[in-house]
Amino acid sequence: MLNQSKTVGLPVSRIDGPLKVTGQARYAAEHFGPGMLYGHVVSATIATGRIRAIHTAAAEHFPGVVKIYTHDNRPKTAYRDSRWKDAVALPGHPFRPLENDRVLFDGQPVAFVVAESPEAARDAAGLVQIEYLSEEPHTDIVAQRHESYEPPVPRMKQFMPPPPRGDAEAAFAAAAHRVSADYVLSGEHHNPMELFASTVLLGTDGALTIHDKTQGSQNSCDYICGVFSLDPGKVVVKNSFVGGAFGQALRPKHQLFFAVMASLDLNRSMKVEMTRQDMFYLTWRPSCIQTVSLAADAEGHLQAVMHHAVHATSRHEDYQENVANWSGLAYKCENVKISYEIAKLDLATPGDMRAPGAATGMTALEAAMDELAYAAGIDPLELRIRNFVHRDQNQDKAITSKALHACYREGAARFGWAERSAAPRSMREGDDLVGWGMAGGIWEAMMSKGEAKVRLSVDGSVTVSAAASDIGTGTYTILGQLAAEAFDCPVDAVSVEIGASDLPKTGVEGGSWTAATTGSAVQAAAKAVIKTLLTHAQSMENSPLKEAKVQQVEIAEGRLVLESNHQIGVSMVDILEAAGLEAIEEHAKVGPDMLTMMRYASYSHSAVFVEVKVDEELGIVRVTRVVSAIGAGRILNPKTARSQILGGIVMGIGMALHEEGMIDHRTGRIMNHNLAEYHVPAHADIRDIEVIFVEEDDDMASPIGVKGLGEIGIVGVAAAVSNAVFHATGKRIRTLPITVDKILQSEAV
Amino acid sequence: MKPFSYTRAESVRDAVAALMANPQAQLLAGGTNLIDLIKYDVAEPEAVIDINRLPLKEIVELPDGGLRIGALVSNSAVAYDPRVKQHFPLLSSAILAGASPQLRNAATTGGNLLQRTRCYYFYDPASPCNKRDPGSGCPAIGGLNRIHAILGASDACIAVHPSDMCVALAALDATVEVEGPDGAREIGFADFHRLPGDGPDRDNTLRRGEIVTGVRLEANHFAGHHTYLKLRDRLSYAFALVSVAAAVQVADGRFVEVRVALGGVAHKPWRDPLAEAEFAGAPAGEETFIRLADRLLAGAEGRGHNDFKIPLAHRAIVRALRQAVSGHPQDQTVKAIQ
Repeated sequence: MLNQSKTVGLPVSRIDGPLKVTGQARYAAEHFGPGMLYGHVVSATIATGRIRAIHTAAAEHFPGVVKIYTHDNRPKTAYRDSRWKDAVALPGHPFRPLENDRVLFDGQPVAFVVAESPEAARDAAGLVQIEYLSEEPHTDIVAQRHESYEPPVPRMKQFMPPPPRGDAEAAFAAAAHRVSADYVLSGEHHNPMELFASTVLLGTDGALTIHDKTQGSQNSCDYICGVFSLDPGKVVVKNSFVGGAFGQALRPKHQLFFAVMASLDLNRSMKVEMTRQDMFYLTWRPSCIQTVSLAADAEGHLQAVMHHAVHATSRHEDYQENVANWSGLAYKCENVKISYEIAKLDLATPGDMRAPGAATGMTALEAAMDELAYAAGIDPLELRIRNFVHRDQNQDKAITSKALHACYREGAARFGWAERSAAPRSMREGDDLVGWGMAGGIWEAMMSKGEAKVRLSVDGSVTVSAAASDIGTGTYTILGQLAAEAFDCPVDAVSVEIGASDLPKTGVEGGSWTAATTGSAVQAAAKAVIKTLLTHAQSMENSPLKEAKVQQVEIAEGRLVLESNHQIGVSMVDILEAAGLEAIEEHAKVGPDMLTMMRYASYSHSAVFVEVKVDEELGIVRVTRVVSAIGAGRILNPKTARSQILGGIVMGIGMALHEEGMIDHRTGRIMNHNLAEYHVPAHADIRDIEVIFVEEDDDMASPIGVKGLGEIGIVGVAAAVSNAVFHATGKRIRTLPITVDKILQSEAV
Repeated sequence: MKPFSYTRAESVRDAVAALMANPQAQLLAGGTNLIDLIKYDVAEPEAVIDINRLPLKEIVELPDGGLRIGALVSNSAVAYDPRVKQHFPLLSSAILAGASPQLRNAATTGGNLLQRTRCYYFYDPASPCNKRDPGSGCPAIGGLNRIHAILGASDACIAVHPSDMCVALAALDATVEVEGPDGAREIGFADFHRLPGDGPDRDNTLRRGEIVTGVRLEANHFAGHHTYLKLRDRLSYAFALVSVAAAVQVADGRFVEVRVALGGVAHKPWRDPLAEAEFAGAPAGEETFIRLADRLLAGAEGRGHNDFKIPLAHRAIVRALRQAVSGHPQDQTVKAIQ
């Protein structure tokens, strides 16, 4: 029914861009109110043990200090665990700041200082002295891999391994070509630019307006209403702008708890901003060790796939992500055995970080596929094509769409893969060894439940609202485009209201489902507005649309017209005026189609091609070229879409070559907790990146045909880089990141 | 961060007097290192003396063809100065290999000399550290030490000096000019920074109340044959794992003089003039490069994670000598190693 106006599918610049580049977009820490107090968190410097004593006298006497909170004087909060569980909570016990004297991880908040200025709070925090009774920490996933267990309570049913099929061990033993190896990933830290911050503005009537750095304003709101037993009608959480998050801000963080706690206790507005160092203790991608065993017949057809993964979790919660199941559905194979366990470490609870699980698991699977290609003497791309599968064998379901063949074909053509010489160390340029590697990526295309409101005013302006978040992804823009398409108006005639908990119900922004979910809700609400318009138009005297059905009309140039003949119609202004209305507002609710979901699985796919140049003598690696071909359904905005994939690729290069939380396992402490020593790619590390979107027409993935783009860009990138390093050097480095020491110290095959 | 007093020195004498008046005073120039250290509670000065108004901002040509660089000349101004680029391109190149344009615009010549050494544990006040808290121990030994020293370290400290500029200055045999309560004096570059020994809390040989006023370079014959080769964990904006400043003079295929300074390997820019002297007259070819690298690294000792630095330094020295002898110095805007 919606007309095919030119808005959707065009590279529209971000509608929030001017606000951001002129500094008018205010982030969580950039709001102020009268009488505001400031808090600073004191973090533990041991990984496990107890607090014997906290000496706060010196800090209390520091000028400007209002109050210091510890586990001895923390105000009362909810008793039951269920009240502390946010929408993304995990099996186990949610962390409760300042609950008791127990230290569970390095960086745990152990005291909270409130003062009249941020400087006083920070300085006084430095005067709080803590005596610990330290215990021996266990923080090394490789050392603890045998202490692992199957999560007794699954976080999500689909994270649990599918039942084994066939007889993987026997098939492995009998196969012509076999590879089996361990792959290790160090813990990674999200480190978005914006630090965690919460500003609580106390209203005269006791109402709270909270600006929080979060990927879900309603999740934060529900959490604090639960923990502090607040009336949800008196709390609004806003996250109008979010300076990056990558999954780190899915769950409410300590600063929100502390800001609200102190605001209620002291009856003052409060602001708490965490430090860069704190960011290393607030959710991380878990360190993981995986064993992948693959076997193929002489022609390269997979005979057995076995994937065992063990990743870190904390003492108090069972974090889980889908690491290994991808191995059961990426390629055609009848003999599959997947197992998945977690191991408790004395570290903060890990969490979702861009393509959680897939980024880790596909890195191992796709490196193993490369090893198998060499074992079988088959081109790595050809090996994948030979094992292409059209069905999700894990769930025994059809797939809504899978343009992966086109990704392979178009990506390979742009990259020039056909020119590759197979042997390692066979391509050179001066002192550099040249390596070409590739890998595939998968992510589940998800749509969740969501709502939206659309309002059409008599002046022709359109307002879209939903409690969605834009974490830098372009949500504002694509929602504006969808509404502009529905009402055939310019994008700048649409106001997009998102980022507040009092807007129509929306889940957290994560899992790549926001565009599919909120976009579909906006489309549904727009349809409802048009339906109402038609009803009013039909009650007008001599209405030319008397006999029209809603499926036959659309909006064109400010008029409700027949799709088949734009001459026949009524102006929207006339309809509203005749009905005596200022505006029409409709609310819509969408969710995944259960019948489709029973029969189909839906995934986005990618094929990533990478060129590296490695100085042969010195072992320095440069990623000189990346081509990523993506099949992710309908692309609403090629500009923001490309940006999402570029960001994923850069993060994948970081995963392959740079990122590593360095823990001193003697103390269990992260020692490179700053951006000088925790490396992410610098500009110089990023060269040519080309993103290709292959066409996928898929109205089963979501009503608007969107599959989501937040995660797929990173999946497979690290494997493609490590495969390229192997092709260049003949060195198979299975512990990421691939740093110069590992290159120098490993032997070429 | 702890509260501190802030005053502005109007003359070098002022600054010296302020340092003498309070042993816990520190000078603020570009602030690119000091502010970080204050924020991390590693430096806790009672008084911060801002010296940015002192008249130490000139680069002056000396009668013998050398240059005197004022202590407050920014790293960028030095790197892009036409006289520096023409006569001391090694210095320009080393500066451009370090930090970022923003940092180089703020950082000063004197401040670059006075950067604190780099170590995860030094920067973390909750960790013991003999440099921060003498006698408390060195957790880098037996701990995380992939960035640490392979030369000249002690059982008290294995931290490394992070500067790129200073590695070039070491190779160029610069002179550091200082002024203190007893007047002005000069310190040869090799004597300015110190090895940790049993007193790693001191990074240099400045006496109490002394302030760096400038750096002097003498004319040399290295402008055509030099290089600064920096190897790091990413291609920009990272401290050196190993860096090499090489400056050579070659005649008839033999070394007249060869100088090699190493960065990222010791508590100070590392040079061994005795070893260098042994190679005067040696053929300026691959075999000599390897022998010289062997000789320079004869005393190198790994601590576990940093063992790779020994072969890496060896290969880097050889490559750098190749670049210097061939007259093709490493281009810092090209991330490929030449």
